[in-house]
Amino acid sequence: MTAQLEYPEVQDSDALLSIQGLWKVFGPKAQRVPHRPDLAALDRAALYTRTGCTAAVRDLSFDVAPGEVFVVMGLSGSGKSTLVRCLTRLIEPTAGSLIFEGEDLRAADEKRLRTLRRSKFSMVFQHFGLLPHRKVIDNVSYGLEIRGESKPDRRRRAQEVIDLVGLAGNEHFYPEQLSGGMQQRVGLARALANDPDVLLFDEPFSALDPLIRREMQNEVVRLHREVGKTMVFVTHDLSEALRLGDRILLMRDGGAVQLGTGDELVGAPADEYVRDFVRDVPRADVLTLRWIVRDARPGEPLDGPEVGPDVLVREATRLVLEADRPVKVVSNGTLLGVIDDEEILAVVADH
Amino acid sequence: MAAITSDVEVEVRRPRRGVVVGILLVAWVAVYFVLRGIDTLTLGSQETTTLHRWLTDHRDDLGQGNVVFDAIRMTVDQFVVLLQNLLAQPAYGRPVPVIGWLGVVAVAAYLAWAFGNWKVALLTAAGLGFVGLQGLWRESMDTLALTIAAVLLSLLVAIPLGIWAGLSNRAFRVATLVLDLMQTLPTFVYLAPLTLFFAIGPAAATIATLVYAAPPAVRLTAHAIRSVPAESVEAARSLGSTRSQTLTKVLLPMSRSTVVVGINQTIMAALSMVTVAALINAPGLGDTVLKALETLDVGVAFNGGLAIVVLAIVLDRVTTAAGDRPWRTASRRRRILLAAGAAGVLVAVWFSRTYVWAAEFPTSVNIGSRIAVTTSNLTNWVQDVFGGFTYGVRDAVTKGVLNPLEALLTGSPWWLVATVVVALAAVLGRWRGALPAAVCSLLLVATGVWHDSMVTLASTLLATVVVVAVGLVLGVWAGRNRRVDTWIRPVLDAGQTMPPFVYLVPFLALFGTSRFTAIAAAIVFAVPVTTKIVADGIKAVPVATVEAANSVGSSNWQVISKVQLPVARRAITLAVNQGLIYVLSMVVVGGLVGAQALGYDVYAGFTQSELYGKGLAAGLAIVLLGVLLDRVTQAAARRTQRFPRRGDKL
Ligand SMILES: Nc1ncnc2c1ncn2[C@@H]1O[C@H](COP(=O)(O)OP(=O)(O)OP(=O)(O)O)[C@@H](O)[C@H]1O
Ligand SMILES: [Mg+2]
Repeated sequence: MTAQLEYPEVQDSDALLSIQGLWKVFGPKAQRVPHRPDLAALDRAALYTRTGCTAAVRDLSFDVAPGEVFVVMGLSGSGKSTLVRCLTRLIEPTAGSLIFEGEDLRAADEKRLRTLRRSKFSMVFQHFGLLPHRKVIDNVSYGLEIRGESKPDRRRRAQEVIDLVGLAGNEHFYPEQLSGGMQQRVGLARALANDPDVLLFDEPFSALDPLIRREMQNEVVRLHREVGKTMVFVTHDLSEALRLGDRILLMRDGGAVQLGTGDELVGAPADEYVRDFVRDVPRADVLTLRWIVRDARPGEPLDGPEVGPDVLVREATRLVLEADRPVKVVSNGTLLGVIDDEEILAVVADH
Repeated sequence: MAAITSDVEVEVRRPRRGVVVGILLVAWVAVYFVLRGIDTLTLGSQETTTLHRWLTDHRDDLGQGNVVFDAIRMTVDQFVVLLQNLLAQPAYGRPVPVIGWLGVVAVAAYLAWAFGNWKVALLTAAGLGFVGLQGLWRESMDTLALTIAAVLLSLLVAIPLGIWAGLSNRAFRVATLVLDLMQTLPTFVYLAPLTLFFAIGPAAATIATLVYAAPPAVRLTAHAIRSVPAESVEAARSLGSTRSQTLTKVLLPMSRSTVVVGINQTIMAALSMVTVAALINAPGLGDTVLKALETLDVGVAFNGGLAIVVLAIVLDRVTTAAGDRPWRTASRRRRILLAAGAAGVLVAVWFSRTYVWAAEFPTSVNIGSRIAVTTSNLTNWVQDVFGGFTYGVRDAVTKGVLNPLEALLTGSPWWLVATVVVALAAVLGRWRGALPAAVCSLLLVATGVWHDSMVTLASTLLATVVVVAVGLVLGVWAGRNRRVDTWIRPVLDAGQTMPPFVYLVPFLALFGTSRFTAIAAAIVFAVPVTTKIVADGIKAVPVATVEAANSVGSSNWQVISKVQLPVARRAITLAVNQGLIYVLSMVVVGGLVGAQALGYDVYAGFTQSELYGKGLAAGLAIVLLGVLLDRVTQAAARRTQRFPRRGDKL
């Protein structure tokens, strides 16, 4: 099942977070499943009927680079939430290794883990996970409170992040008095308050209506630009994944189906499942010219306008259609090939 | 879908079961006429068996002199005495308690205000003032002291247990099992065996009360902890909270209002048990009512019962208000007022320790005797005017239904009854019903009070049939009609918070002492809980399901009988089950107003020392009856239920 996947052969030494062979199995005697090839090979339904266990995450390996937005995507039940919780051992993985900044997280004891959670990781939740009995400011400073910072210090820091996420003026409301979008801003502020290196998001915006969702997505893009944190972002919404993700991991039944950039998923789906998944994407908005460039035919005029290979199809459409000859795709002075009306229309008119 | 398939199956199966049950009953009656009077195991009210005498002789062997039980008894006793000295009884060489009435009223009202709001504070002051004017200050304070003692001790155990059950799945399963079992035991049952260990007196009363009152607090604390949203807990953990930080900063604060509901139920259960514990010499209002019932003095019994009701209302309203208080921290103004109020309370307490008028409740206005006299006159009047009617109803039901049923149960040979019971249980619940039925029947014989058990069973069955019928009608009505529900629910809630004693009084006035009186009181006592469970079950039927049924043109009756009742079957079983238990506990308390049989045996066991062993055996027989009825209804329900449903537990 994982055969067609192309993991980086060598471990990227400057990866921030490196996951190898990660398993999470729920159920009786879960421990045996990853270690027994006959069980590990079963698919989810068969495994369940045979052992009563569910493999929520099966044999995942990937690296997250510093500053990257790494998106995990998949349908409901594909194991996204379990995966993202395994990263900080909120859920204890069944097998595999978790290396963070060269440190083996699975070997960390309770205390070390708490220290890491207090300073290196933060998480934002689908249903916000706020504490209804605390005011906004006390929700935001919760993480600082439990690591024992003084009241003035945590007030000041909380105020900073509250301003950062655009919640100024709402400090003394209780969560139930805020709209969903505002509540999630509180969740975001709480996660930012202890200045973590990695932000984990578990479908943070799926409980919000589309307009607010878009606004919050922009907010994340802005924050990423401003504070430059590494993010692991779980979503089941493809357009969100494409908007935010540097790379996307597509999961099914706990396993990885494809790992790549957005245009790789759309341009070169690994199998029928991925193809289905990306079917409704407006391809012109995702694919770059690199994906449709072709070799020049003999005798074709090569004096058309030039464009780079990383231009989106949508952006090049007008140029190509208006030119009376094929457009040349040039990267660093090398000619990669040409594009004509045909190629453009095949993408734009696709559906 | 599920409802439709199950309906089809019911159509196929139910007539067959009904026929078998019918044949069994007819056969029983036929055999009865041949064999009646043989092997009935009759035992006169003053007669005892070897077992009873042995129990009487060895009553002190278990508890007295046992270091553990003695230590527990002494500790609890001292705690109770401490509270009594504080509130109720002359203490430390003074002719009055440590805090006089003015201080008590001030402290109580202040607490009601601080934890609830000013309205319940007023209610508290008014309620306490009222029981004082009734001439029942000391009795009320005794009841309050015992209740407080039992509740505090109960919560001391129950809340940690509840937290544990909330955090650990295994503890939760064990707790649910034990608590479910405890719930099937009628109030009364806790009293008899405890006297073995802790002797008759306030300590045993308090211990019985705390055992009886603990379950709701455990259950609701566990439930509250478990229903804190997983994400809030995960959020706390993801930020690096330790276990104790998660508990104290997230789980407990978020559980608060549900835990308070549990505390409310614990308090109400404690109050009700403390009054019943008058049977084992607990002081207080229960004692007042009990003595009055013994002398058939309806007036005084009513006065005492009224005071119990007033205390119940005050305690219920205050704890409910405390649970409803929002998260918000108190405003500055309120904090200043609270501080000022605290100062005022201290002054009032000081007054009540210094001046006689503030220490002893003034006796110049005593409305209690007036209430008693008026009630007595009213009772006489009612009996004069309606006596013919009420006594007529009573006699008709007794002669027409109760006597034949009782004759059948008591007149048949015990082995015939046992066989029929086991056969019925087998038909209704297969081996799950038959096995406990057989065991309980044999044990009942062993207790030596078989005959009395059958008398009690007859009353219980009759009352339960009425309770279930009324509960179903009211419950379906309220479940289908929001207006009815909002109107009826406060009445039911109020009904449920009243201690069982209170119900006896008006029925004593109407029907005099008789088995019927106890049955009528039991019906009224059990209807609220049955109705509420049925209504909740009907309301929980998904709207879409009902709409689907309506959309294919079902009549109202069809919707009720083919959709709502089948879907709510689980709730209805629970309702029947709880109805039975409530009836059983009341039929037993009814021993005081002429229900005779087991209730009387238990009561006599507490009052006549040579009947102690028999009383104990009768207490055991009540448990056996309870378990028998509970198991058979549960098993029957399990069989009728074909589609599995998850987690609609309270
Ligand atoms: N605590 C648990 N015990 C048993 N099975 C679990 C547990 N948690 C998750 N699972 C199972 O693991 C699988 C993956 O669940 P997970 O919540 O990770 O999916 P998801 O991709 O986040 O789905 P969604 O989009 O609905 O949030 C599911 O089949 C789920 O039933
Ligand atoms: Mg999820």
